[in-house]
Amino acid sequence: MLRVQNLQVRYGAIAAVKGISLTIERGTIATLLGTNGAGKTTTLRTISGLIKAAGGTIHFGDRDITNKPCHEIVAMGIAQAPEGRMIFSNLTVKENLRMGAYLRKDRAEIQRDLDFAFSIFPRLKERMKQPGGTLSGGEQQMLAISRALMARPGLLMLDEPSLGIAPILVKTIFDKIVEINRELGMTILLVEQNAHLALQIAHYAYVIETGQMVIEGKASEIAKNEDVRKAYLGET
Amino acid sequence: MKTYSSKLYLFVAILTSLLVSFFQDEINPYYFQIIIYIGINIILATSLNLINGFAGQFSLGHAGFMSLGAYTASLVSSTLHASSGNPVDILILPLALLLGGAVAALAGLLVGIPTLRLKGDYLAITTLGFGEIIRVVIQNLNFLGGARGFTGIPKLANFFWVFSVVSIVVFAISNLINSTYGKGFLAVRDDEIAAQAMGINTTKYKVIAFITGAFFAGIAGGLYAHFISYINPQQFSFIKSIEIVVMVIIGGMGSTVGVIIAAIVLTILPEALRGIAEYRMVIYSLMLVVIMISRPQGLFGKSFRLKELVAKFRRPPMSA
Repeated sequence: MLRVQNLQVRYGAIAAVKGISLTIERGTIATLLGTNGAGKTTTLRTISGLIKAAGGTIHFGDRDITNKPCHEIVAMGIAQAPEGRMIFSNLTVKENLRMGAYLRKDRAEIQRDLDFAFSIFPRLKERMKQPGGTLSGGEQQMLAISRALMARPGLLMLDEPSLGIAPILVKTIFDKIVEINRELGMTILLVEQNAHLALQIAHYAYVIETGQMVIEGKASEIAKNEDVRKAYLGET
Repeated sequence: MKTYSSKLYLFVAILTSLLVSFFQDEINPYYFQIIIYIGINIILATSLNLINGFAGQFSLGHAGFMSLGAYTASLVSSTLHASSGNPVDILILPLALLLGGAVAALAGLLVGIPTLRLKGDYLAITTLGFGEIIRVVIQNLNFLGGARGFTGIPKLANFFWVFSVVSIVVFAISNLINSTYGKGFLAVRDDEIAAQAMGINTTKYKVIAFITGAFFAGIAGGLYAHFISYINPQQFSFIKSIEIVVMVIIGGMGSTVGVIIAAIVLTILPEALRGIAEYRMVIYSLMLVVIMISRPQGLFGKSFRLKELVAKFRRPPMSA
């Protein structure tokens, strides 16, 4: 469904991503793992059009989306919950969700998706009329994920959903990600530093280091890999 | 239903302006002048609020757009007025205002596209520079009167025109902001990257805010010119831009009600303090300092909710 080939991204003179290739199959959860500064967020933002690629191609379905403007990419069906949640803090929870469906016109369907979002995250329904900025970190992450879902995307990209969130809520959120994948058959690209959690729910995993792919494979196999265990799962 | 009732408000407001204008000669000319300035400042402040408050782009060039509108409208009306009789006079002002607004909007587009990639202070300085460029250019254009100013502008603006435009601006901007489309402005302000990630064309939004704001500033300039019948470039220096920015900040960025109240108060205040002559500007400035320290979000800023304020008065906070 998504095919990234030899992607290169530069910030001025610095190469942040040096030729990454990855493929995501429809209906699966793929995870992109790596430490701080490995180029995970850069890769994700280049796919979504927020950052321009310096080389390589990105195909979504059979369309070339390399360096297309962001709003066109969203319209084609790629939505994201950005790193650090980036909630519209002065808009209410409901208005945030409506913004997620910004490019859609089908009112009845939008309402259905709103109901779905409230059904998986009942907490959001309780806080529907509250400004987004007053939510806790975990609630904001729920809102960020739901907001991305409101675009009714073909591919959902989640950028570090566990970042800065109470451990108890991290578990809930990861359970919900699995639920979204199963119930909607949603294809998901999960960018994470928390390799342990990500490998539990993902089908396929990519590990990058300083902008280069170091290893890829089925999540279950990556989880057993000696090097990965040492470097990312904190085992000696 | 909501649009129906707000359309009704608009109609009533315009009708009221018309009725009042029949009696405008009864009003003490000094007070009347202040009332007209209030109207013009409301137009300026609410339109700047769209750019600075709602879309979150810090512009310091509002006086520049205002002067473009003022000079264009004056040029149009002076030319037409001289060559026509009274019966068509009524059409001259709206035409002149619209053309003035259009020129200002065009300038907003020309300035907006290259500069809106800049953020915060950078944008503020660029727009400030733009405003000054306009002033200096006009100062050197002889057919606009240069530094001596543009004289003999027909005195066509009255209570009706000024407050009809006030009603239209307030109506247009509040409707815009309450629409789903308009929420896009707030999204751009709150988080530009997230807004982009939602599929919002942020550049388009910023340019639209800039053009709309500039258009209304141009119209305000036209009304101003046709009220005092004499304009010169000094009236549109960056001091004027700052004055409007202060109204927006004191009123509370992004609160239409707050900005209107601030425009009213800050127009009356310097006049009301005239009695104490030399301390006037000291007290005025001091009040700005005090308001900013005690309510940095502005009198009616973001966190302002009428309900909360009422509740606060009814139930004083418990001492902990």
